[in-house]
Amino acid sequence: MKIKQLSIFLQNRMGSLSKPLEVLTVADVNIRAMCMADTSEFGILRLVVDDPIKGKEALEENNFLVKITDIIGVEMNDTPGGLTTVLRIIKDNLIDLEYLYAFSHEKEGKAILLLHADDIDKLIDILTENNITIVPASEVYNL
Amino acid sequence: MFWNEEIETMPRQDLEELQLKKLQSTVKRAFDKIPYYHKRYSEAEVYPEDIETLKDIEKLPFITKDDLRESYPFGLFAVDIREIKELHSSSGTTGKPVVSGYTEKDLDTWAETIARGLTMMGIGEDDILQNTHGYGMFTGGFGVHYGCHKVGAAIIPISTGQTRRQIEIMSDFGATGLIFTPSYGIHLAEVALEDGIDPKEFGIKAIGFGAEGWTEEIRQRVEELFGTKAYNIYGLTELMGPGVGVECAAQKGLHIAEDIYYPEIIDPNTQKVLGENTPGELVLTNLEREGMPVIRFRTKDLTKLTYEKCECGRTHARMSRITGRSDDMIKVKGVAIFPSQIEKALLKIGDVEPHYMIIVTRPGTLDEIEVKVEASHDIFFDGIKEMMAIQKKIGKSIENETGIRVKVTLVEPKTLPRFEGKAKRVIDERNLH
Repeated sequence: MKIKQLSIFLQNRMGSLSKPLEVLTVADVNIRAMCMADTSEFGILRLVVDDPIKGKEALEENNFLVKITDIIGVEMNDTPGGLTTVLRIIKDNLIDLEYLYAFSHEKEGKAILLLHADDIDKLIDILTENNITIVPASEVYNL
Repeated sequence: MFWNEEIETMPRQDLEELQLKKLQSTVKRAFDKIPYYHKRYSEAEVYPEDIETLKDIEKLPFITKDDLRESYPFGLFAVDIREIKELHSSSGTTGKPVVSGYTEKDLDTWAETIARGLTMMGIGEDDILQNTHGYGMFTGGFGVHYGCHKVGAAIIPISTGQTRRQIEIMSDFGATGLIFTPSYGIHLAEVALEDGIDPKEFGIKAIGFGAEGWTEEIRQRVEELFGTKAYNIYGLTELMGPGVGVECAAQKGLHIAEDIYYPEIIDPNTQKVLGENTPGELVLTNLEREGMPVIRFRTKDLTKLTYEKCECGRTHARMSRITGRSDDMIKVKGVAIFPSQIEKALLKIGDVEPHYMIIVTRPGTLDEIEVKVEASHDIFFDGIKEMMAIQKKIGKSIENETGIRVKVTLVEPKTLPRFEGKAKRVIDERNLH
């Protein structure tokens, strides 16, 4: 159920995003979701793609520094308060999230929230106990 | 004005006789007392009795910073530690520093060379000298200090930093002489100007500077700002410290204290000794040192020599200002740094095969170093917090290794130039030479 996310090191300068995206285009790897964490000098591009292994190989062949990080995706209601409900459970169980990003689901009225925490297994347990749907990785890769 | 007129104006023939006598006894002492020289000279099949003329020095092998480092800490001392009164050190090319030891007499010899220099600059009993060179293992501070005592001027041992306090003291104490690195001097003057104080009003008579590279334009700028003459001082810890060469009022090169240091210029590639007025690497020999006689030390500093009598009356050889290095050492804020130190700092962080580039700039008046490091799997984490921490850790590690604070920039893999053979790790954008 864990999703293999690609984390790519990039320098923060004009156009630095275009090269890795081009590499993925040529490799025919499709991006499902992305987010960028940045500082004034460098950033980490985080991507969920349809084929993480192929994506990583293509990027590394082109000298990019790539790491595969486990994250999870949970289903939430695409309505006001949908995100809050999930986050409250996480907070109440004292889990420190490293980062999160979200995108809307093909399923009507649903959205997918992508989460990363140091203790990802504990996060999965807590969410399961609280009846939050964890989306299988394959569903995210092949949306 | 001379501090030691007899020696400083000695006819060259007499001077050379004196040098030969001192060289013969130095080589003999080194050979007899220091295993390193005994071994090296025996291997090269050259012995003290082979030194019959000054030219015979060329038979002796050179000694380098690495040799000194390998003898760390006291391997090159010619005397028992009970005779040693002071210890200094400078950074080594890799890891261990180079140690310099001084007997009571060595400290006096050191002071003698500085006293000659201060006298050339017009500093004497009536003066108050503010010494902004760092006091510590660096020889800059103490060398000037001892020389100042010798000429009888009052010394303000303020050391580096605390710029506004420097200005206050300079003004309140009525300093008449200043010792600084050129870049720090310009910084001092600019801070004073910012505070509405014209440095010309301090009434400084003379400035001695050194410990870093400079151009004629920098000298002119210093002289303009303070309204007085600035004189170059040269020296290095391995041989003693500052005072190897100092400029006289003519400002046409630095007089090497030739009865104390024997200078040669070599081609750094062929190691052949070059003639007068030919640029090359300076090689120095201690002629008057008990604690740690260093013979034919390759300074890696590029300069040239002239033996023509100076208009000031001195007969001792003059070296031109340093125009560069024959190795990759850089001097930043007066501190010597080798790229290998940066490499070592990166290895300590866990970067197994570090790729880096050192960029030295002087945006205003002070030096800045940026170290660009290629991010690698060893130092890449999926978190900004972790990456910031890595950056900081690298900076701290470099500071521990070099004593200098640098800006660390992480760059993408394979974006720094690759070199076949010897890597060029330094980009110096200061235009000092």
